[in-house]
Amino acid sequence: MAQQFDVIGSRAPRLDGPAKATGQAIFADDLHFPGMLHGAILQSPHPHARVLSVDASAARRLPGVKAVITAAEVGTIKYGVSPARYDETLFATEKVRYVGDEIAAVAAVDLATALEALSLIKVEYDPLPAVFDPLEALAEGAPLIHDEFPGNVCAEVHQEFGDVEAALAKADYVRTDSLKNKRQDGGFIETHCAVAAPDLNGRVTLYSATQVPHYVQRNVAMVLGLDLSKLRVIKPYVGGGFGPKAEATPLDYCSTALALATGKPVKMAYTREQVFLHSRARHQFIHEMTTGVTRDGKLLALKHRAILDGGAYTSFGIATVYYSGSLLGGPYRMANMKYDGLRAFTNKPACGAQRGHGGVIARALFERQLDLIAKELGIDPVRMRLENMMEVGDVTCNDLNMSSLGMRECIEAVRDGSDWGAKKGKLPRGKGIGAACGFFVSGAGYPIYRSETYHSTVTLKVDEDGGGIKVLSASAEIGQGSDTVLGMIAAESLGVPLDLVRVESGSTDFGVDLGAYSSRQTLMSGHACRDAALMAKNRILGSVAAELGVDPADLDFKNGVLISLGPVLDIAPLRTRYRKEHRGWPNLPDGEALSFAEAARMAFLAQGSIVGTGQYKPPQLGGKYKGAAVGTSPAYGCSAQVVEVAVDLDTGQVRVESITDAHDCGRAINRTAVEGQMEGSISMGLGEALFEEVKFDAKGRVVNPSLGEYHIPTIQDMPAMKCIVVESDEPNGPFGAKEVGEGAIMPTIPAILNAVFDATGAVITELPLTPERVLRAIREAQGKE
Amino acid sequence: MNKLALTLNVNGQDYDLLCEPSRTLAQALREDLGLTGTKVGCGVGDCGACTVLVDGQTVNSCLVLATQAAGKAIVTIEGLADGPKLHPIQEAFVEHGAIQCGFCSPGMILSAKALLDANPAPSELEIRQGLSGNLCRCTGYQKIVQAVDSAARTLRGERTVG
Ligand code: FES
Ligand code: FES
Repeated sequence: MAQQFDVIGSRAPRLDGPAKATGQAIFADDLHFPGMLHGAILQSPHPHARVLSVDASAARRLPGVKAVITAAEVGTIKYGVSPARYDETLFATEKVRYVGDEIAAVAAVDLATALEALSLIKVEYDPLPAVFDPLEALAEGAPLIHDEFPGNVCAEVHQEFGDVEAALAKADYVRTDSLKNKRQDGGFIETHCAVAAPDLNGRVTLYSATQVPHYVQRNVAMVLGLDLSKLRVIKPYVGGGFGPKAEATPLDYCSTALALATGKPVKMAYTREQVFLHSRARHQFIHEMTTGVTRDGKLLALKHRAILDGGAYTSFGIATVYYSGSLLGGPYRMANMKYDGLRAFTNKPACGAQRGHGGVIARALFERQLDLIAKELGIDPVRMRLENMMEVGDVTCNDLNMSSLGMRECIEAVRDGSDWGAKKGKLPRGKGIGAACGFFVSGAGYPIYRSETYHSTVTLKVDEDGGGIKVLSASAEIGQGSDTVLGMIAAESLGVPLDLVRVESGSTDFGVDLGAYSSRQTLMSGHACRDAALMAKNRILGSVAAELGVDPADLDFKNGVLISLGPVLDIAPLRTRYRKEHRGWPNLPDGEALSFAEAARMAFLAQGSIVGTGQYKPPQLGGKYKGAAVGTSPAYGCSAQVVEVAVDLDTGQVRVESITDAHDCGRAINRTAVEGQMEGSISMGLGEALFEEVKFDAKGRVVNPSLGEYHIPTIQDMPAMKCIVVESDEPNGPFGAKEVGEGAIMPTIPAILNAVFDATGAVITELPLTPERVLRAIREAQGKE
Repeated sequence: MNKLALTLNVNGQDYDLLCEPSRTLAQALREDLGLTGTKVGCGVGDCGACTVLVDGQTVNSCLVLATQAAGKAIVTIEGLADGPKLHPIQEAFVEHGAIQCGFCSPGMILSAKALLDANPAPSELEIRQGLSGNLCRCTGYQKIVQAVDSAARTLRGERTVG
């Protein structure tokens, strides 16, 4: 029997909607403190050079300058994302490795003075040969970027599951294809910003536009040698993150150091150009895949090689290079899979995580290849996917467990929703239709640093009077709607309407939460929130049951009132007590049932403040092989899309005309928010497919570091989207919920490529789909006909 | 530096301020008047986050000098709601899920206001044209289009927001 919910599954408007619609929502750059200073960072103009000396004396003498920090002041403690690979220092000492590498930072009375001070810092460089292309970086004799990493190899992954060569030998049809993308930018509209405010007790509060307050707190404290108790990180509203804001930035470190040095609040922000220079966004991937199938299209084996252009530092890159292999384990049954991945260092800004971390381009090529195979074998590509897909309970060859999987429902939904059968193979030349699938984790199975820590804690406090509820969580609302999701989970768990719940999040003071990355907030923070709410509810029901002389197991709340599952309740004595405390008040509860406010008050009178706590960490997940942790998750979301395109055969211009998308998010907590994640994912995928490319000149400088020259989708680029929410009941998710934030991007690029192939026969091996590239591929395809 | 004295009329109220000739309207609004609802995402006219209305027309306030806006009627996002009551466009944005991170929303809402003031019954294409100067990385724009369409109906009296 389907469970009935009162709050969950609704289209409740976001809790922060009114604040954001009126301009009241405070983002980091909106903060202002008395006496606040402004900081700026000196960045290297060279892609690769020895730093011979840094002389900041003239900068220090400039009137209005309050502090200048270099490596001499802040030290050279190494940091990064994964502790196994800490390879950055806040300021370069011996070498700079990309245009933008940090040298020094200044705090001054205003930004103009800070920038003038930067121009007075004298740095002597000895330029070194630089390398920008990952293949050149890996070639013999290439300039060495890190002494510790011979051959510019940042990370290598070699995995084999099953016996790939044997399976390929048995295959009826084997083909090899390749695809490469271009480096992408996060393109969030709010640039990074940090404001550090010291108090008189040696503590600092760092307000940061981050996805991960917890990791920012740990890294900044570690690098600056601070006690964790001396640093609180607060995430104000954040104007989008998508991955690149999932690590501590130089702004976080510098503003904190400068605040400590000056005793004043210090604000620092990146310009749009600096966002491109800092990057930490999507890597460039070069994939080659060889897939073998039986005559009737059953997948037998995949041999996969990938080279990633990592830029100058590791950042998230170890996880990225693992993810780009491991996420091909599903959603199709495939017993044999071999992956060789290699991440190269180059003299460019470091790449990191971006929506669909590591898996997007690998997925694009694999889904592309499925269509090429289907065409060769004369099988309908949708049917081929249906026949190969996994079912609930399947475990991939690399030990990922499909504890729920609405893959069939997603494929059928987009097939039927797009009228696939009437269109596939029947559209005129220049028009095409394409399908693809994908899947993604609902939260990484393990934290970034090795630890047995809980991944999320939540404290829920019931008001001493009035029955309001406060949820305190260190999770990161970055626009995806996690505050609203937590509020809804708390309300549903307690049996009260959503408007009784307030959510306060984003502060490290509120507990531990690993933050908004790997699509983890709904599942992990949601678990902790539900448990905190249930604990508080049980406390209240315990007191009320004692007063009423009934078994607490017979009581519950629904829609904000007490209900009995057993005997008829005599609530009159409790109501009388409540009324006596509120003599003279209008609008006191007078319904037949005891209100939540009355019940909560009785519990407070009996027990004192009612607080519930909840915490979550995933169980032990995954296999025993090297790198088995990457790709593990308590649950996996999956999706399918059908895209229709029109290609101008004379110019190569591709226009996406419609997209039908279905996503299995487990149980949808908030339908509007689920659709919002699907639509946003599609737009990012469409941008990456059609036009997004960070370009560099021969000196390693970004040539298009603006939202004018780096084209993200505008409202006129986006087609109509039909988003179908497919629900499953995920046993490992709170109320059955799982991810939607990233998996939804997976099918977009391959579905577009498959549609372009359907429209023109053009086999595209390089993104983005610029008209020249498409035209060339069309001509090549014609030449072969 | 020589500062100029000027009066800005923002949301119906006059503010006297002294500012450098190079100060942009966005800086004056955010830093001098504390009206931080106007966002700055690029500072060079690419993103539309800083959109405000000047004499009813949308402008990128990062590209306009404060002095150029003196003597004109400036409307910022803070000027749209009627006390605690949201403007129907704001209400529609909230109701339809047209807001995610919210960084583009003030500019987006003001562009929608200018559009609907000039064209109370826009087609979907006209909505997309009217908002084409405002970038949003979060939503894919679909719910924004729906919100503007819904607000247009409300403003035309075809429906009331419940
Ligand atoms: S901040 Fe003015 S257009 Fe981007
Ligand atoms: S809602 Fe985030 S940029 Fe539009």
